[in-house]
Amino acid sequence: MLDFPRWKVWSVIAVILVTVLLAVPSLLPGSVRASLPAWVPTPTVNLGLDLAGGSYLLLEADTADVATQRLEGMQETVRTEMRRSPRIDIGDISVRDGRVSFMVRDASQVDAVRERLNQFTTGAGFSGQRDWNIEVVDSTRFVLTPTEEGLEQAIETAMGDATEVVRRRIDELGTREPTIVRQGRDRIVVQVPGLGDPTQLKELLGRTALLEFKLVDTTADPAQLAQGIAPVGSEILPYPDAPGGLPYVAYFPDQPPRVAVQRTTMISGDQLVDARMEFEQTTNAPGVVLRLDGGGGRRFARVTTENTGRPFAIIVDDEVISAPNINEPITGGVARIDGGFTSESATQLAIALRSGKLPIELAVVDQSTVSPELGQDSINKGVFAAVLATVLVIAFMLVTYFRFGVYATIALIVNILMIVGVMALFNATLTLPGIAGFVLTIGAAVDANVLINERIREEQRRGRTVVHSIEFGYKEASRAIFDANITNVIAAAIMFIFGSGPIRGFAVVLTIGIVTSVFTAVTFTRLMVAEWLKKRPKQLVI
Amino acid sequence: MRPLKLVPENTNIDFLAVRHIATGLSVLLIIASIALVAIRGLNFGVDFAGGQMARVEFQQAVPIDEIRDRIDSLGLGESSIQQFGDERSVAIRLPLPPGGDSASEEASTRIRSFIEQTWPGAHISSVDAVSGKVSEELFVKGAWALALAMGAIAIYIWIRFEWQFGVGALFSLAHDVALTFGFFALTQLEFNLNTVAAILTIIGYSLNDTIVVYDRVRENLRKYRKMEMIPLLNLSTNETLARTIVTSLTLIIALATLVLVGPEVIFGFSAAMLLGIVIGTYSSIYIANPILIWTKVGTDSFVPKERGPEGAERVQAKEVP
Repeated sequence: MLDFPRWKVWSVIAVILVTVLLAVPSLLPGSVRASLPAWVPTPTVNLGLDLAGGSYLLLEADTADVATQRLEGMQETVRTEMRRSPRIDIGDISVRDGRVSFMVRDASQVDAVRERLNQFTTGAGFSGQRDWNIEVVDSTRFVLTPTEEGLEQAIETAMGDATEVVRRRIDELGTREPTIVRQGRDRIVVQVPGLGDPTQLKELLGRTALLEFKLVDTTADPAQLAQGIAPVGSEILPYPDAPGGLPYVAYFPDQPPRVAVQRTTMISGDQLVDARMEFEQTTNAPGVVLRLDGGGGRRFARVTTENTGRPFAIIVDDEVISAPNINEPITGGVARIDGGFTSESATQLAIALRSGKLPIELAVVDQSTVSPELGQDSINKGVFAAVLATVLVIAFMLVTYFRFGVYATIALIVNILMIVGVMALFNATLTLPGIAGFVLTIGAAVDANVLINERIREEQRRGRTVVHSIEFGYKEASRAIFDANITNVIAAAIMFIFGSGPIRGFAVVLTIGIVTSVFTAVTFTRLMVAEWLKKRPKQLVI
Repeated sequence: MRPLKLVPENTNIDFLAVRHIATGLSVLLIIASIALVAIRGLNFGVDFAGGQMARVEFQQAVPIDEIRDRIDSLGLGESSIQQFGDERSVAIRLPLPPGGDSASEEASTRIRSFIEQTWPGAHISSVDAVSGKVSEELFVKGAWALALAMGAIAIYIWIRFEWQFGVGALFSLAHDVALTFGFFALTQLEFNLNTVAAILTIIGYSLNDTIVVYDRVRENLRKYRKMEMIPLLNLSTNETLARTIVTSLTLIIALATLVLVGPEVIFGFSAAMLLGIVIGTYSSIYIANPILIWTKVGTDSFVPKERGPEGAERVQAKEVP
């Protein structure tokens, strides 16, 4: 078994060469790596946020909100749809106990209603379930119940869109290599390396950025608004930056002023093509310029023509940003929002509007920030500890096993390089616990060699020849090595499955370390030993 | 020059002679650990308890009492303040604020700006804020990971050896985990997600040790079929002693380096692993072995299964002529 066929020798050497070469870019300083020609592949080990410095945010979506929105949306759909000609009279429409219900006035139209409703329910999930259940009770009352499958599908869609919006917003910030990943049913993980203070990021992500243009209801009475009573067909919204003295605005001493706006949306954010911060030419005040798409532009032109002289409200996330008067029809499809902006706040609003509205509200449930200095300090100390540990372990192996200590040392160094190489190949992330895993691997990697060497000593003691001792040593030790390493792989796999962030990093390093250390400590040392045995040594001091 | 031999050839220590004392000691230590965890509790980090933790580097040393008074004046609950590394670096921890998920996040923003205003020049090197929901989840997940890892490992050993070995491994793991918990309750070192990783690693390496001894037991059971169980276990432990000592030493060298000169942020993590190596080595001798005696591993446990086909052939060969 100590005879290696030639092809095996070469394949072991090839594996080692390739993985060690893969490690090289990660070991080069960044400046050297950057100066390499572009055609040189440079796979590198990623640094986790705890080493690179940066911010980590775990966002959680309010899925209950999706359910509510769907119910309200369905109620609205039913209303508009039944108004279509031929009109069907319905009444008593309401959302209650998580379902939409309404009555059909004329019992003979029940089938017609059912037909119209069927257009709005679609299949959901794999089971052929529809997204809404439609029931008729007491012969004229329709009850629409959202199905579990339908809700899950809606959440799925909303989360997919939300992830995309989050990505666009973060890209706008111009940060380097952010990672945005969906996690589980209702979460998004955001990692931005190098970002030391996530306040701005959180403000940007916390915003739904639902943009609406609605007409201000100038008939509203401020005294009634103050009591929270709006005219029919209008709703009351806060208008923090309202200029003083408007007759249709209710003012308060320590609350934002309120204004009534019509419920119908003239233009919404969906019709937006672009939003930019721009300075007004005459006053130099920052504002946001909006460009609408063709349909939105035409609609905007028509509405502004019909309502010249009246104020319209520009609403973002249910708050009136400004409510300018329509002085003349706006036909160019370009609108401008002014309203007490600083250039930063205008830029932020522009980014939020440009990236579209979040289909679902997101809350930060977990966050962590590490400054780049602390990260660098951790790297320095971690690398120093790793180098020192390696040197000490090597010294210990050399005085304990002499020649076989040299083999174990070569195997250990190759092992370290291979771990780096394999990590670079998989683009794995090195975290702080990962460095600890690395150091631990250095201590444990020699275990296989210790097992083998001690076994060789034992066999020698029993009076076997050099070759036989070595042969038995490798053979008898391999069973324990195998079992011991498999159990460690089990522990690492469970850490990977159940752990998050840094723990996963640790598990990855550990697993790679286990595989490469078995390869180097068993196969590679055996190869070196086999080469040495070709010289037919008379004795072995171990 | 001769190679360094830490364990003399032909050692013959009667390890199991003191097994009753050792078992008694272990039981005592386990009870003490459980009591410590129950009474003093674990010093949960924000990962598991929820709340905020900020690491701050001041320009010059600030008395801890002063920091505490000022932070407490914020009205965010009682802070706990610890120095780490040099005296200018402190970790400020605040409990989970009442209110929903966003309260935790708001609090972290407030602390950040408060520190920057109160101590100009202070550098905030890291901030963590975990909401109650997430921290509970992390804790449950961590507990599951521990339980599953132990179960999976026990099953693997049961398959590869015999059920008694699986039981022995499981008990020695439980021993190691209990004592590690006790250590954290005693020292009040922060118990966080990293600590769970450390415990899982301890499990892995304690197992390494146990398996090496068990592998030798299995081998000797086949070799010396007439030997009594206790001498056989002693023999197996002695035969693998040199390996145990050398490997434990390399691990101790590596981990001690990490504890002494490694990053402060993972001090607790490294310390736990260092302690785990020692406990794990002890348990693979004094917990894993005695259980094999109590569960009555027979001297013929492995013989029929593994040698079966060979034996059968022999019998057949004899009958043919």
